[in-house]
Order: sequence, then C-alpha cells, then structure tokens
Amino acid sequence: MHELDPLKESPSQTAGPYVHIGCMPNSIGNHGIFEEDLGARMVNEDTKGERITVRGRIYDGTGTALKDAMIEIWQADSNGLFNSPSDTRGEADPNFAGWGRQPVEPETGEFVFETIKPASVPAPRGRTQAPHISFWIVARGINVGLNTRMYFPEEEAANAADPVLGSIEHRSRVATLIANREGSTYTFDIHIQGENETVFLDI
Amino acid sequence: MTSNKVEQGAFYPRDHEWQPKAYTPWYRTSILRSPQKPLLRLDSTISEITGPVFGHNILGQLDDDLTLNYAKNGESALGERIVVHGRVLDERGKGVSNALIEVWQANAGGRYRHKKDAYLAPLDPNFGGCGRTITDVDGYYAFRTIKPGPYPWPNGVNDWRPAHIHFSLFGAGFAQRLITQMYFEGDPHIGLCPIVNTIKDDAAIDQLTAKLDMNNTIPMDARAYRFDIVLRGRRSTKFDNRLEGN
Repeated sequence: MHELDPLKESPSQTAGPYVHIGCMPNSIGNHGIFEEDLGARMVNEDTKGERITVRGRIYDGTGTALKDAMIEIWQADSNGLFNSPSDTRGEADPNFAGWGRQPVEPETGEFVFETIKPASVPAPRGRTQAPHISFWIVARGINVGLNTRMYFPEEEAANAADPVLGSIEHRSRVATLIANREGSTYTFDIHIQGENETVFLDI
Repeated sequence: MTSNKVEQGAFYPRDHEWQPKAYTPWYRTSILRSPQKPLLRLDSTISEITGPVFGHNILGQLDDDLTLNYAKNGESALGERIVVHGRVLDERGKGVSNALIEVWQANAGGRYRHKKDAYLAPLDPNFGGCGRTITDVDGYYAFRTIKPGPYPWPNGVNDWRPAHIHFSLFGAGFAQRLITQMYFEGDPHIGLCPIVNTIKDDAAIDQLTAKLDMNNTIPMDARAYRFDIVLRGRRSTKFDNRLEGN
C-alpha cells in the first residue's frame, strides 16, 4: 500500500528580495565565492544559430516594473534539441546549454538575454511546437515561480499550428505570449496582473 | 539504483491546494504580484520534461561550506555551527541524483550581505551567505553553515521572519524547478510568519521545518539539522510524443 501513498512536493516559498545572494552573487558585487554566476552567459563564438537579444520588463498590477525579479529561460538549440539527458533524440549543440539566468536591472527593471533563436520542437501526437523560449520568474511577492513562454512574431504559420497557443480559449490573450521584434532584438514584456495579464502556464 | 534508463514520463500535476496560492494578502507584496486569471494547464511536452543538469565540475572546494567560503584565511563565520543535510526525493520516493542545490541566508544576526538590506545588525566580515552542492547518486546532500538569525521586515508593523535558509533546486526537468525556504524545529516565529502562512496545511509547513538531528552532530564542532526535499514525481511511461516528429 505504501507505493500508493506518494510523497507531496515540498511547498514553494517566495525567493524574496535577496535571491541574488545565492543565485547570482557576482551581480550584486559579492565576489570571491563563485567565479562566475551560473547561466549568465548563454552563447560563445562556437554556438550554432542565429544570435538574438531577448529583453523586457515585468510589470506588477499597477504597471510598475519589478526591480528585484530573477528570470530563468530554457530553450532548444538551433536544431530543436535540448541540452538535457532527458532529450534522447540526438546530441544538442555542446556550445549551447539552453539555459540562462538573469536578474532584472535594479534601477530600470529591464532583463536582457543574449541567446540564439531555437528551432521548433515536437509536440504530443505527432504535432509540432512553434519555436519558443520557456520562462520561469521568481521574486519577492511571488509565492510559486511563474511559468510562461515567449514565441516569435515572424513565425506566424508555426504559431497558428502550435498546440499550446491553440489551447488558449480567450484568443485575445494569445498576443501576450508573442514578442515584438526589431531586427535581432525581441522585446517580451510580462504583465503579472491586470488588463494585459500574460498567460501563465501550469506546466 | 534499479536502472540507468532516462526517464521521460510526464510530471504529476502540481497540487495547488498544497502549494501556496499566488494571492495571499497578509503577505502584502503578493497583492500586486499575483495573476488574477487562471493558469493555462499544459501537459508536459519535451520543453518541460527536459531541463539543465549540472556537473560536479562547476563546484569549488568550499562551495558547500558557508563557514569558510567567504572567510579570511584561518578565520570562520560567527554563529551556531551547523550541518544541514538530507535527501532530495521525488514524489515517488526516488532519490534525485545530480540535483543542483543553491542556498542563501542571513548571518547569525539576521543581516544579509545585500546592498538593499539596511537592517541595523552588522555584517559578519567572514560570512557571505551563499553556497551550493549537487546531490549524489542516492539524492543525498550536505552543507555546513551557521544558523541564521531572525530579522524584522516591513510587512505588518512588527513582523519578524523566522530563522530560515533559502533553497533553490533543479531536478531533471524544467517543470521541477523549485525555490523554497527551510525553517528550524521549535522556532516560535514560524507560526506567526505571513510568508510561512501562505501555506495553508500544517503538514506542508512541517515539511519545510528541519529537525534537530543529534545522531549526525559533529561532537565539539557542529550540530546537525535534517532537511529532506521533495520534487515533483513523474509517470513511468514515456510521454506521448513522437520524438522523431513523423
């Protein structure tokens, strides 16, 4: 009977205002413990794929940008492979971990990731997911990290066929997951609460 | 260790009655930082069952020893010396190996090494307050630190956080990503804390409360606290996805 009584996931708690101390100490000037903050650099000169910049801000229910949030992104490489032992389809680009972590800038609230554009990846039942980047957001006042995805505006046909975007019942909200593009820079603003509230995912 | 097979099953859905809700107005900052619309339920795809996995090569010699990793040569942090240890399991009770654990905390007086912390209690010149480790093949981890002090914070007019250590965990999939806080057995601030009380179930709060573990103390050196952490479990069947895309 014991096997039928699974453990419960440890409850989440807010990351609090001082998350940088543990996850990115160099970003607040706490040098000397870790050589480099994990996830701070996603690409090097050997990384394959189209270089892009992903930037944006995270807004609270009054439209004020959060100044203390931390964001992690997770994405496939330029061939649509994830650099993870759980992806057994083939070897992902060894020069691209696919994972990045950045604080928002403490004065302006802006986050910036220098990364590459991911290719599309498979979806259940033989479908295909449009190219996307998974986001995870933690901060003071957020009790459980918020999951969302960023999609690319130039991928109109792929976005139209994407099963996740397709499952959004209120079609006017689909636009909250699609970044704005200017050259190689994508702006993805996230609204936690209110009128333009971003679609968050229960993954 | 029954097999080395890569697991690709979908994750169990998160229990939102067990987890804190987003909107918990007694923790004031949550009022404007909580979505009002429902989350979109998404079955695991390959984007969620995969996630970054870190190798031991990222770890420095003292990364798991907060008493020494910021201290001047021959000195160490001031405070109650403790070992915090336990296992990272998933909801099926399986040890999670190669899980990166990052921790951060205030010093013995409740002061954080962060430019935004203006609390009157002084910094400890030998304490940085951050560390990390990676679980072994059985999911076991341990690190050494000093017990953090409680501290006041601007929420209610006289709110104090219990002594706590922040934990950040990576499992095998991005959907297992978790940040939580560890509390200490017997701390009277636990029941009073608005952040603790974002969790409604006493058993869930108990799951975040480390127990004094006399059997693992180091005589004349450090006490020990036991803290097991549970990440989401997953179905054993491969997720329904034609990975080759045909």
